[in-house]
Amino acid sequence: MKPLQDIIVLDFSQFLSGPSAGLRLADMGAQVIKIERPGIGDICRQLYVSNVMIEGESTIFHAINRNKQSYAADLKNKEDLEKVKKLIAKADVLMHNFRPGVMERIGLDYETVKAINPQIVYAEVSGYGNEGPWKDLPGQDLLLQAVSGLTWLSSNRSDSPTPMGVAVVDILAGTHIAQGILAALYQRAITNEGSLVQVSMLESILDFQFEVLTCFYNDGRELPVRSEVNNGHAYLSAPYGIYKTADGYLALAMGNILNLAELLQCNPLKNFTNTAEWFVKRDEIKTILADHLLTQTTDKWLAILEPADIWCARVMDYDTLVQENGYQMLNMELKVKTSNGLSITTTRCPIRVDGEIFASNVGAPLLGEHNSLIDEQFGLQEVTVNGRAKSRKHKV
Amino acid sequence: MSRLPLEGLLVLEFSQYLSGPVAGLRLADLGARVIKIERPQGGDAGRRLSIKNLWTDDSSLLFHTINRNKESFTADLKNPEDLAVVKKLIEKADVLTHNFRPGIMEKVGLGYPEAKRINPRIIYGAISGYGKEGPWKNRPGQDLLLQSMSGLAYTTGNAKDNPMPFGLAIADNLCGSQLVQGILGALIRRHKTGIGALIEISLLESLLDFQFELLTTYHSSGLLPKRSDVNNGHPLLHAPYGIYETADGHIAIAMVDIKQLGTTIECEELAAFDQKDAFSLRDEIKSVLARHLLAHPSAFWLEKLHTNDLWAMEVLDWQRLTKQEAYACLQMEQSIQTNGKSITTTRCPIRINGERIFSPKPAPQLGQDNKKIIDELINGSRLGNRQSSIGNS
Repeated sequence: MKPLQDIIVLDFSQFLSGPSAGLRLADMGAQVIKIERPGIGDICRQLYVSNVMIEGESTIFHAINRNKQSYAADLKNKEDLEKVKKLIAKADVLMHNFRPGVMERIGLDYETVKAINPQIVYAEVSGYGNEGPWKDLPGQDLLLQAVSGLTWLSSNRSDSPTPMGVAVVDILAGTHIAQGILAALYQRAITNEGSLVQVSMLESILDFQFEVLTCFYNDGRELPVRSEVNNGHAYLSAPYGIYKTADGYLALAMGNILNLAELLQCNPLKNFTNTAEWFVKRDEIKTILADHLLTQTTDKWLAILEPADIWCARVMDYDTLVQENGYQMLNMELKVKTSNGLSITTTRCPIRVDGEIFASNVGAPLLGEHNSLIDEQFGLQEVTVNGRAKSRKHKV
Repeated sequence: MSRLPLEGLLVLEFSQYLSGPVAGLRLADLGARVIKIERPQGGDAGRRLSIKNLWTDDSSLLFHTINRNKESFTADLKNPEDLAVVKKLIEKADVLTHNFRPGIMEKVGLGYPEAKRINPRIIYGAISGYGKEGPWKNRPGQDLLLQSMSGLAYTTGNAKDNPMPFGLAIADNLCGSQLVQGILGALIRRHKTGIGALIEISLLESLLDFQFELLTTYHSSGLLPKRSDVNNGHPLLHAPYGIYETADGHIAIAMVDIKQLGTTIECEELAAFDQKDAFSLRDEIKSVLARHLLAHPSAFWLEKLHTNDLWAMEVLDWQRLTKQEAYACLQMEQSIQTNGKSITTTRCPIRINGERIFSPKPAPQLGQDNKKIIDELINGSRLGNRQSSIGNS
């Protein structure tokens, strides 16, 4: 039995932060129903990246929304809203990532929803929280990286502030809201009570920086200083970083400089006998190391360093990685199929339960694909508004 | 906070450094009682790992940051008496976590089958670097190495830069977060079925999952992601996505229509480009934009961009961020008293029922809770009773 079997999640969220949480819940066994606007749906359906499309939709939409169902509903239409409220009455979780005030205007704020279903777990992801001067600003990944100080941690000292090249804020906020939802579901199992769970992208990206922010708070609020060359982490000593070799790149994590000097036969490094220098003089050390590592191939260096238990690795791109047995053994690739027969290769859920991987082959839904199925499952065919029974079909 | 969601749960943390302990921290902040099981000599190796040479006591500030809100119990797992006591604790526990290399827990006799035999309801969470099989299983599961091996180093920086790591421990952090998800999912299932679970996750799988958008696009197109030549923000995204220098600082501009951007910031050169070329000509567009934005200060541009509801923000450092009203109203900082010292750190980022979760309990001294834990969990039955009243469905 999958951990979240029989859990019903209504996911009103769009783009990445909320939907990535929905994906995790779906992979763990929940029935995740995307509630989407007729005609347009999750805006991510139109967010093309790299000019790569699948079925006229962006690859990333398919990656984020596999294994979910889609229910098209116009929340400004009374009948549709009634149906959604009936769904809410039967759901375990409701999730959204609208800007503050939007769900209130629709009439699906927590108080209203709680009155319909007191046991529901109501989860919301915002950009900057529900108060303060930034609350109405767009909660977009790059912008959150920019305001949170995160961009001063990667790349070298003289470079511009550098964003991390993956939507790290969205992913972390999604991870945190999933944690909150799961904790609240556990609590509900014990107490029978629902809860409101909230995460903001700003709090999530501050949490990600908790170690270095704590350092900042307690050390006179000094800003991080990235190393001048081969920066791997602003707070760590040499050799921590990535180095060019004669034919590729080598990563070196924490290591003893004198030991490295010996192993790599790099005599100038032998002068750094005081371990405190490994931080204070890291630019000097890294420069010497960088020049030296250029002289041989990555294989040559690894053959020396690995047997000596030095923390090192070959730097790989996807082409190299996917050829590796260590990658293939993980069975990380997952083929999913959409209802119109399109096949897509993506990644699976990273969590193994009782030794098994979750490998659902259900692709992302077409907009409104599951309306009739869900109407039937939840008895929504004859929802009445003002006493009149109606059944209304959407053009999607 | 009236009642925290995980109140009543007992977690034994055999994990060290960051990946496992960050999971323990989240479980603790959400209400679980988390006990670190540490070696009598030195304990969690993270106690001696400092950044900027900052120490709170015998342990580093870094250790205090990651391990606040926990207890410490020392046990030498190679000593049969200690091991017997630990097994008694496992009998009482709901969750166990470790991040040893594959085979270590089995060697001391605390592998999953043994733990399950002692306590069939246990949720056993194990973090590895690369999974427990395969040619990499014994490699060091260190964050930078994982970033380097997983392709992640080709996402940040510009096209001509060396592969560039994220300047924070992303693999450790994500893996810990995902372990929490797996553990909580298993606890929900246990409530229905009465049986425990083995939850496994590797740093490598966590980082591949993190790159799922990039990898799916790679599998569809067969093309490696390419960082833009200038002002790279995300290898898959079109211009203007990136960070730009202004006359007095930097601003970030996310997804914005090129024509609309050109009009808003009065950049005539941008009119020559069409939205459909925003990916294929992103380097040209970004270069034009980068030159144009140098002319005025950040505030000048942001006012125009925000007036038109375009997605842009100023790039701040921590000194400026922490002076913002928007930061202050989060109340993200909390003070923790330990041994007469006061430490400021961050709180749990999740709010429950509108309330922030503050957890003033400091990180434990090595073995500080041995006596209390023996009294309460081995000799007494206080927690045992409490568990039986809420643990069974």
